[in-house]
Amino acid sequence: MKFLAEYRDGAAARKLVEAITHAATKPWVIMEVCGGQTHSIVRYGLDEVLPKKVELVHGPGCPVCVTPLEMIDRAHAIARERDVTFCSFGDMLRVPGTRGDLLSLRATGSDVRVVYSPLDAVELAAKLPDRRVVFFAIGFETTAPANATAVWLAQKRGLENFSLLVSHVLVPPAITNILQAPDNRVQGFLGPGHVCAVMGTSEYQPIARAFRVPIVITGFEPVDLLSGVLRVVQQLEAGEHRVDNAYSRAVRDDGNPEARKIIDDVFEVCDRGWRGVGTIPKSGYRLRPELRAFDAERLFDVDDIETKESKLCISGQVLKGQKKPRDCPAFGRECTPDSPLGATMVSAEGACAAYHAYGRHLAAAKEAHP
Amino acid sequence: MCLGIPGKVVSVFEEGGVRMARVQFGGVSKNACLEHVPSAVPGDYVIVHVGFALSKVDEAEARRIFDLLAEMKQLEELEGAAS
Repeated sequence: MKFLAEYRDGAAARKLVEAITHAATKPWVIMEVCGGQTHSIVRYGLDEVLPKKVELVHGPGCPVCVTPLEMIDRAHAIARERDVTFCSFGDMLRVPGTRGDLLSLRATGSDVRVVYSPLDAVELAAKLPDRRVVFFAIGFETTAPANATAVWLAQKRGLENFSLLVSHVLVPPAITNILQAPDNRVQGFLGPGHVCAVMGTSEYQPIARAFRVPIVITGFEPVDLLSGVLRVVQQLEAGEHRVDNAYSRAVRDDGNPEARKIIDDVFEVCDRGWRGVGTIPKSGYRLRPELRAFDAERLFDVDDIETKESKLCISGQVLKGQKKPRDCPAFGRECTPDSPLGATMVSAEGACAAYHAYGRHLAAAKEAHP
Repeated sequence: MCLGIPGKVVSVFEEGGVRMARVQFGGVSKNACLEHVPSAVPGDYVIVHVGFALSKVDEAEARRIFDLLAEMKQLEELEGAAS
């Protein structure tokens, strides 16, 4: 496929690894922000072909993972209502809440559906006028224009039976939170390519300057990821800290103005809880007050929810790049993708789930008992 | 979650009040919303995320990394010839 296969070329990737090996004279810790990047890195074993001096740590960029348990339980309460058709992306519906995942509610008669696009949810509301259709709107800035457009369209088409349960998160406050931690190890970032395709690169400039860290906006294929690593290492070695764009085929400096406009029309910035991390100020979106008729949190009165997270799980430290999945005593034992204990194991893009999917738990067991 | 796949726009149309496109991904084609990339026309490549085009692929920019790799190779060959 064009613009895909060529970025998986082994010869090009080897060349880039050679260049990184040549460039790195000191040890460096680099975080890839996005869960899609984590998945690619582990799938292709890129972290294992890099020189030992260059350590990749995995960031908080999986919105499914960081959706608070409390929000999933709230979704359960709404989906259990008899006149509700509840829908979201497949990976979100498979995350276990306190009482099983959302798809399991089908067994007790709830109407829970996987949709490919938020537009499919709007279409459902048009087709099912007697039901209240609730879309669980999660994601980073990448997904926000699509979710915002669903609300805009429902309003335009007069679909009063459509609403969003919003749990949107934003990347720059999460990066800032990581850099502010006293025990932070991260010295440079592979920036989130598709987030920046929407938002552009300007909001990363003040972060790079304030914390003196290079941020290189990076794509998702092996050649993209390795060229991102090379450009971060080159900056680190030269003592520089700029925002660079290594994904210029998809990311313009000013992002996508049409997409940003619909975000601003529909959402406003709010404080948001991140599973494994806690509340980060101004790190999410919620619907603007004038769109409250589409806000499921206001439409459905859900009692206070109490949740209990595992004491074993170290996902908070994994999300901040302080620990690796293998550092967790529960990894691959008490905690697996089938029965996850915390944020980084619940979705395929979480660092722990990616390590597990590509057999890293077997290697960990072998190291422990050779 | 931020998965975006490049595909080729084959046709553009209106549906349900929004601008849409038929987009080909290898052997599979799907509809994608073009509201945020209104300038895309048939023949353009767009990155599609949850059924929405996010941005157009810039073909000149797409070649850059390979041009750079080719330069690196030439440089090596030159150095090899010199030593």
